Amino acid sequence: MASRPRTLYEKIWDAHVVARPDRTDSDDTCLLYIDRHLVHEVTSPQAFEALRLAGRTVRRPDLTLAVPDHNLPTTARLAPDGARLPIDDPQSAAQLAALERNAPSFGIRYIDAVAPEQGIVHVVGPEQGFSLPGATIVCGDSHTAAHGGVGALAFGIGTSEVEHVLATQTLQLRRSKTMEIRVEGELGPGVTPKDLILHIIGVIGTGGGTGHVIEYRGTVFENMSVEGRLTVCNMSIEGGARAGLIAPDDTVFSYLKGRPYAPQGEAWDRAVEWWRSLRTDEGAVFDKSVVIDAADVEPTVSWGTSPEDVIAVGAKIPSPDSFADPSKQAAARKSLDYMGLEPGVAIADVGIENVFIGSCTNSRIEDLRAAAEVLRGRKKAASVRWAIVVPGSGLVKRQAEEEGLDRVFTDAGFEWREPGCSACLAMNPDKVPPGERCASTSNRNFVGRQGPGARTHLMSPAMAAAAAVTGRIADVRQL
Amino acid sequence: MRAVSTIHGRAIPLGLKNVDTDVIIPAHWLKTVSREGLGKGAFETIRQAPGNPFDVEDFARAPILIAGDNFGCGSSREHAAWAMLDMGLTAVIAPSFSDIFSGNAFKNGILAVELPQDQVDRLLEVARTDPITIDLDNQIVTTPFQDRFAFDVDPFRKRCLLEGLDEIGLTLASGDAITHHEAGRAQDLPWLDCPLAVSR
Ligand code: SF4
Repeated sequence: MASRPRTLYEKIWDAHVVARPDRTDSDDTCLLYIDRHLVHEVTSPQAFEALRLAGRTVRRPDLTLAVPDHNLPTTARLAPDGARLPIDDPQSAAQLAALERNAPSFGIRYIDAVAPEQGIVHVVGPEQGFSLPGATIVCGDSHTAAHGGVGALAFGIGTSEVEHVLATQTLQLRRSKTMEIRVEGELGPGVTPKDLILHIIGVIGTGGGTGHVIEYRGTVFENMSVEGRLTVCNMSIEGGARAGLIAPDDTVFSYLKGRPYAPQGEAWDRAVEWWRSLRTDEGAVFDKSVVIDAADVEPTVSWGTSPEDVIAVGAKIPSPDSFADPSKQAAARKSLDYMGLEPGVAIADVGIENVFIGSCTNSRIEDLRAAAEVLRGRKKAASVRWAIVVPGSGLVKRQAEEEGLDRVFTDAGFEWREPGCSACLAMNPDKVPPGERCASTSNRNFVGRQGPGARTHLMSPAMAAAAAVTGRIADVRQL
Repeated sequence: MRAVSTIHGRAIPLGLKNVDTDVIIPAHWLKTVSREGLGKGAFETIRQAPGNPFDVEDFARAPILIAGDNFGCGSSREHAAWAMLDMGLTAVIAPSFSDIFSGNAFKNGILAVELPQDQVDRLLEVARTDPITIDLDNQIVTTPFQDRFAFDVDPFRKRCLLEGLDEIGLTLASGDAITHHEAGRAQDLPWLDCPLAVSR
């Protein structure tokens, strides 16, 4: 097996197979070892409860890290005197309390809601150096794919699988097919990794990566920051792929070096040596291959209710009849109806009332810098009712404050919040009202995702800032 | 896990493509710490529309749902599977499923049966008036007419489903192999072992 040229994914997979069934067919279910398990409050309580009922323990609490993010309100968590403020919603409070109880009782390291490192689980993992190249990383959340940005094999799992990993540190999995997305060239000015991944999903469709693990390859990714790579890999799931990854390189190594959970000293040197071997071999064959020219990527926004419904900011909203597939035509009609949009209208003429800068896709320091650069010296339009910035973690928040970005945002009329998932999903108090439109840096424009009846337009942080300033979807390059 | 062999009954002809898990169970239902009672919120937005298939008397407690491509895409929430079970659904037929959903369905003893679009279209037609049968052992979907549609299923999953095996129990039975792997890993990739040894 080792003599055949292998892809990056296959190398990581092979290094983690604990046991294969007696059959030799590699498509069969294997037992795969899991190196890192991130746990949050929403998808874990039933898993811990089931462990307790079965009298089982957590096999490797030392490889597990818990942090609350999804339903935690993003308003102040501490009173001026330092006392913890209560959470109003009793169900959210109970779910949080469950994680607060479960983590220590199973011996798991827990980052408290008011700890400086608290944040969205997918921001925290890489930031703490918990997510490492070549590691298998899971979390009960589909955007776990993000950690592929550091060269890990990372994917979302359901609660029964969370329970399985807690109990056994393994998963029963079938090997995925491999898919290469190659982007050569250079992204144009004002075009960000978010625009690129939205464009990619537009090309491959939401089912394009189903059953596959994507490896993003080419000069564009080689020249991309770790933050940008995390953004790209994060949305692999929107393209149907359970995981997406980029070969680790010096950019990743220097990002990770010195982070709290990253290896140190001699262990670091040995790790880097192995990490350098994690590249797709010359001659390895992918099951599917897509090539995209970087020059074709424009600032991109979504117009519908599926992440594949995207267009360049200068384009017009498509007519449902323009799609070949009849079921796609019907879906587009439904989408436009829900979104309150007419075909043929320029997307840049669409007014917005809300702006959300945050989520595990775009809440890292680079994202906040990009948005702040657009907002500096400007104010949000009067028609923008609600604009919030939600840093991905307490550390991102502190860094931004040191750079004075918080003032740029608040001067522009934004609210500066505590870290969490916030308006990315409608399960905490940050919601978009029915019928209103939101320029959002998150990853899903599903029906009701930001609140019942809410209309989401996905875009980059710079584009969301441009929307805030103009009160409509706008080309940031023209500001 | 619940043992499953044959599922027979009415099938809700939903037919929609890209039914995401936010549609199957919206996020505001996820604040629970239990697996029970989520049926009330299942397909909430679809059920709010008048004349939706869930409202049709004949489909009350129907065990099967028929949907379009990419069923269960989006969020990994297993609450989607729990909500479906709670409303009485034990099988979904669609041309394709998201990888995470099909895993979640399996863990909860819900059959996710993949069939080509033309066969799904035929079943959507039959479902309006007649019941459908899914025979897991023989891997075949049949109708009261001549239809016999064979489907694929992973042999490991099939065995677990037919025998109602506890997957964690099965894995724990390979405890030695896991321990062996951990020893090799500690030798070859030692930095993977000690992340939390660094104190804050
Ligand atoms: S920010 Fe949104 S997508 Fe990311 S983990 Fe939170 S809820 Fe999921």
